[in-house]
Amino acid sequence: MPEIDTGDTAWVLISSALVLFMTPGLALFYGGMVRSKNVLAMLMQNFFAMGIVTIFWVLFGYSLAFGDLGNAGWIGNFDFVGLKGLTNGVTDTIPTLAFVAFQLTFAVITPALITGAIADRMRWVAWVGFIAAWSVLVYLPVAHWVFGGGWLADRGALDFAGGTVVHVNAGAAALALVILLGKRKGWPKEPMPPHSLPLTLLGTGILWFGWFGFNAGSALSANGVAAQAFLNTFVAAAAGMIGWLIVERMKSGHATTLGAASGAVAGLVAITPCAGFVGGLAPVVIGLVTGGVCFLAIQLKFKFGYDDSLDVVAVHLVGGLLGSLMVGLFADDAVNEAATDGLFLGGGSELLVEQVIAVAAVLVFSFVVSYLIGLLLKALLPKGIRVSDGEEDTGLDLTQHSETGYSLERV
Amino acid sequence: MKLIVAIIKPFRLDEVKTALIGMGVQGLTVTEVRGFGRQRGHTEVYRGAEYKIDFVPKLRLEILVDESDAQRVAQELMEHARTGQIGDGKLWIVPVDAVYRIRTGEAGTDAI
Repeated sequence: MPEIDTGDTAWVLISSALVLFMTPGLALFYGGMVRSKNVLAMLMQNFFAMGIVTIFWVLFGYSLAFGDLGNAGWIGNFDFVGLKGLTNGVTDTIPTLAFVAFQLTFAVITPALITGAIADRMRWVAWVGFIAAWSVLVYLPVAHWVFGGGWLADRGALDFAGGTVVHVNAGAAALALVILLGKRKGWPKEPMPPHSLPLTLLGTGILWFGWFGFNAGSALSANGVAAQAFLNTFVAAAAGMIGWLIVERMKSGHATTLGAASGAVAGLVAITPCAGFVGGLAPVVIGLVTGGVCFLAIQLKFKFGYDDSLDVVAVHLVGGLLGSLMVGLFADDAVNEAATDGLFLGGGSELLVEQVIAVAAVLVFSFVVSYLIGLLLKALLPKGIRVSDGEEDTGLDLTQHSETGYSLERV
Repeated sequence: MKLIVAIIKPFRLDEVKTALIGMGVQGLTVTEVRGFGRQRGHTEVYRGAEYKIDFVPKLRLEILVDESDAQRVAQELMEHARTGQIGDGKLWIVPVDAVYRIRTGEAGTDAI
């Protein structure tokens, strides 16, 4: 029976709380960017993830993701249904229940990331159906492949805290769903400016704060790797912000607050898979490159005509992709003995190839299954997955939830 | 009796108000409005996408005055609302058939 380390346990418990806080942070980040008539619907889609995913997780989710750990397979098993037999369990040096809670927070925020893409037009009931199906059919298998010792982990792909499992996964699902949903009325001709950038910046601050738990907590220990991941997270967010602002200033003439927020998030996304595997100035390069590239990636939606409302594809899919590939360049086994050296550290291209395979597998799987879930819901739900034109004009807050975000007027 | 209606730049309100009170104006009503004139709108940029905002925020002032005061009040208002830049707004004066003070029922000039 392995020993429980109290320091490790304390850090993972605190990290779980930090990561959970990211979901309301994400809700504010997105909520500020939509028009005021849709702010509550956006917050609700995110908050609801904390409800449904949590219940699924304790019922069977954890078991399907982390049952039969290290089987090099496609999915876990039903050994831990209802958290059966985990009460006094130990995983590495922490109580298994701490690990269950920590991993749960990842399962919550991943589908929440998708909400930014579908903003302003998805029916509430359709979102409920989608998140329920997606978190089971897409998240659980992919989490098993990478975090649960499944086939991708077994091949040697590295993902410290979820570049593939969280960001590529959610980004690919977002792309599938916006293609299925179609553009918002009036996009891209009508302006749909953010209703409250202060909310977006507050959300960004909460995300940055919570991300320390996301990445440094993924060490599952209070040790040197955790400290390295912590610092890398800090630096990559800063570099992401600077990278985005430089390119934005050059391309469109202004350094904007929304740009600062988006760049920091892009940097955080990219460092996620790398956090505990790279050192030195690698996070500076990773952040700068991702910040700049993600800004440019926003143009893709105008070029190809898909309405990714809040740029989940440009920030999370592209950022997650870049980060996951850069593991293959910058990974350093002096930082973490679990890492193999990447291309730039003389490890050859072996790791990079595995990273490409992992990214491609997750991207294709998530895109295809997400699209099929969407298609099925479209066929099954009497009113489809999209609100009517009139409901879209009125706004989702009133039509989906019978509430108004701001009632400051007395008339 | 006349009603002076003025559309002005929001940040000029304090100065206009102080000047009008200084010349004895008894009351005024302000509304936040949006619109455009020859200034047209402005451009905002979000994540590299430029949006043309057609309706610019302005304030609409309404002041009831006696006919004999109308020109003087209008001139004073314009002098203090003016920046010399495009977008300073408009002012117009319309005749008023009747004015009452709701509390007392006073009518006409007494109600101003």
